[in-house]
Amino acid sequence: MAINARNMTNKELFYGHKACGGCAASLTIRWTLKVFGERTIAVVPPNCMSTVGFIFPHMTFGCNAIIPPFAATAAVMSGILASAKAQGLEDYHVVGFAGDGGTADIGLQALSGAIDRNDKITYICYDNEAYMNTGIQKSGLTPYGTKTTNTPAGKNIHGSMSSKKNMFEIMAAHDITYAATVSVGYPEDMLKKLEKAKNAPGPSYIHVFAPCPTGWGVESDTTIEIGKEAVDCGLWYLAEYENGEFTLNKNPKDFSSIEDYLKKQSRFSHLDAADIDEITVQRDKKWEKIRKNWVR
Amino acid sequence: MDRPKVGIYDQPKNIREYPLGPSFKSGHLVDVSSGMRSFRPIIDAEKCVKCMRCFLVCPDGTIDKSGEILEIDYDFCKGCGICAKECKFNAITMHKEGDI
Amino acid sequence: MNNKIFASGDEALALGVRLAKPQVIAAYPITPQTITVERLADYVEDGSLKTEYMYVESEHSAMAACIGASAMGARTFTATSSQGLLYMCECLHYASGSRFPIVMMNANRSTATPWNIYGDQRDSLSQLDTGWIQLYVENGQEALDTVIQAYRIAENPEVMTPVMVNLDGFVLTHTYELVDLPEQASVDKYIPYKDYPNKMDLDNPMSTCITAGPAWNTEFRYQQHCAIMNSAEAINEADKEFEALFGRSYGGMVENYLCDDANAIIVTLGSVAGTTRIVVDDLRAKGYKVGLLKLRCIRPFPKDELKKILGNSKVVGVLEKDISFGYEGAVFTEVNSALSTLDKMPKTYNFIAGLGGRNISKNDIKEAFEKIIAYGNNNENASNLEFVKLGCEEYGN
Repeated sequence: MAINARNMTNKELFYGHKACGGCAASLTIRWTLKVFGERTIAVVPPNCMSTVGFIFPHMTFGCNAIIPPFAATAAVMSGILASAKAQGLEDYHVVGFAGDGGTADIGLQALSGAIDRNDKITYICYDNEAYMNTGIQKSGLTPYGTKTTNTPAGKNIHGSMSSKKNMFEIMAAHDITYAATVSVGYPEDMLKKLEKAKNAPGPSYIHVFAPCPTGWGVESDTTIEIGKEAVDCGLWYLAEYENGEFTLNKNPKDFSSIEDYLKKQSRFSHLDAADIDEITVQRDKKWEKIRKNWVR
Repeated sequence: MDRPKVGIYDQPKNIREYPLGPSFKSGHLVDVSSGMRSFRPIIDAEKCVKCMRCFLVCPDGTIDKSGEILEIDYDFCKGCGICAKECKFNAITMHKEGDI
Repeated sequence: MNNKIFASGDEALALGVRLAKPQVIAAYPITPQTITVERLADYVEDGSLKTEYMYVESEHSAMAACIGASAMGARTFTATSSQGLLYMCECLHYASGSRFPIVMMNANRSTATPWNIYGDQRDSLSQLDTGWIQLYVENGQEALDTVIQAYRIAENPEVMTPVMVNLDGFVLTHTYELVDLPEQASVDKYIPYKDYPNKMDLDNPMSTCITAGPAWNTEFRYQQHCAIMNSAEAINEADKEFEALFGRSYGGMVENYLCDDANAIIVTLGSVAGTTRIVVDDLRAKGYKVGLLKLRCIRPFPKDELKKILGNSKVVGVLEKDISFGYEGAVFTEVNSALSTLDKMPKTYNFIAGLGGRNISKNDIKEAFEKIIAYGNNNENASNLEFVKLGCEEYGN
């Protein structure tokens, strides 16, 4: 039976943290620990979640948890796994919670190595599309056109001019056991995929679209809504890579308005018609490929 | 209310009473989050059909579903408003702190 | 029954690691440590070593993997050298601050640039402040024995600090000698597996490697400092207990070779101590009162031992394979600092030698002794730092 709000445990394993109200990253950790349970070892590199989660003596994780060096999330996970194996421990899960910067930029080498070793770990990237903890700077997963604190929206720098790295496809290129893209805006889909990751016989990677009200300039109560809208307008997609095959989980017949989605976030408020056209063209190009290759 | 509670941790006098290295037992809280709140959600038990959506989407997990009715742990609710926004039955309303 | 094997320094180290039975090994190759990780893989293949052998993708990940493994409660080992040591520098601070008893072999090698794969001590001596216990070995037997001792020191509940065992690149890692292999049963008795008090436990969950703000930070640092200061006792105890079980001792933190009545002493570390010992014997035979102080441990720094052993000498020369640019050799600074608290401090002289693998011959050391004897008798305020056998004219000439 798929895990849902009714049958999931009432017990909280990530509680009392100082994250901003409405934080999708904290929701990601909360749901993951509901699915993976108490015998989880959580690995949380320097990011918002570790900053708000472990301030001596205030410990908000109820399970075992460790802060690894920033670049080494997946390497520390591999080490924990090796240690547990060597000691003959049973029935445990090693789960990492890294942000987009800690995954696609500085954390990429270690992540690649861990997947290459086929270590049975679950790596979760909560993607809020910038280095939020240090004050909203651009990362490798900051989308085209975003205003961040070091890609100002002006004449010389017109927001972030590079597109999101394809982390999901990079993971698939490693022939990982299981990879999936999810969004907090589609909870049932996300919970189902978390469960698949938990039961995967090898390494798994879950890429979470995780809106950040503080960093994106939206109201704190719109997190779930925005998470859904990103998928509905095609700027995020829900897909899986399993047994060597891609599957598109949701193929919208018509996309909702990209402009509506972008304009309600102050990080995109500077975009003009030409920018929105460019973003739309990029979306269409991407979806052409997705529909050609991932839909059977 | 089946939610973790806050305790007190006194600064040890002897260096031997400190944990070995920067570590501590998990699940040990010394501070509430209620100070972060400007608006407080209130659940109308009459309108609530216990669909559990608010329990699901609260980023902080402050909604306790173990009892007859859904209860909010106001020690740790930050007033983000997601529960009120996502409730399809308009059973949750946000009220300015201090107005109650 | 004597179990002797003809082994290089790297191989002897690997033999010691096999006896220590680490549960997790993180392996990344770098010259001149490669033979060690290769042999360990051979031992896994032939079944003589049961461990989780991890093929990591960089040195930073090697130490990170050890951090994860140690945090989860396993005995760990890794090895590196120069660039690798520097690449994992962040993780060195991390491991010591978190009090993980990781043991690492470092094959001393020059640090780029210029690129050079040969041995000098710039790599480890530039990492003295990372909070690791640092031991320097002279030969293959000492390498084998010390890595076993390292686990006893590291896992001592009063210590719980990572230990770095340093071997000189090529001159020790790649030279051969006959080494005696201790018996496994005795090693098991010497270093039984311990339950780390700070480990993550599925039945008693722990949050570790966490934040400590201004209100708490100093106390954790004080705790860390005390642990390393206290490790001096553990280092000496480990050596004594090793002697009792295996019949070999290395003097603990320092070896005093004929220093008691010496009026010219050379302080050095690593394999060059072996060469120096022969030169001391030669000069003694000629009537010179010279001595060698072999610095086996530089962190914790054996301040009291140095004061006691060097205090009565007229002059002390520090021979080291590094230079802290803009000042002097790192070991020289340390020795001077310790001796400065004496009422009467010997004159001190710094020899910078062996950089980038340049050979240090017996003759070089003999000339070094002659130099400091003359320096000790000379009242002029001459420069007390020299680059040994500099191939060009000195600057300013």
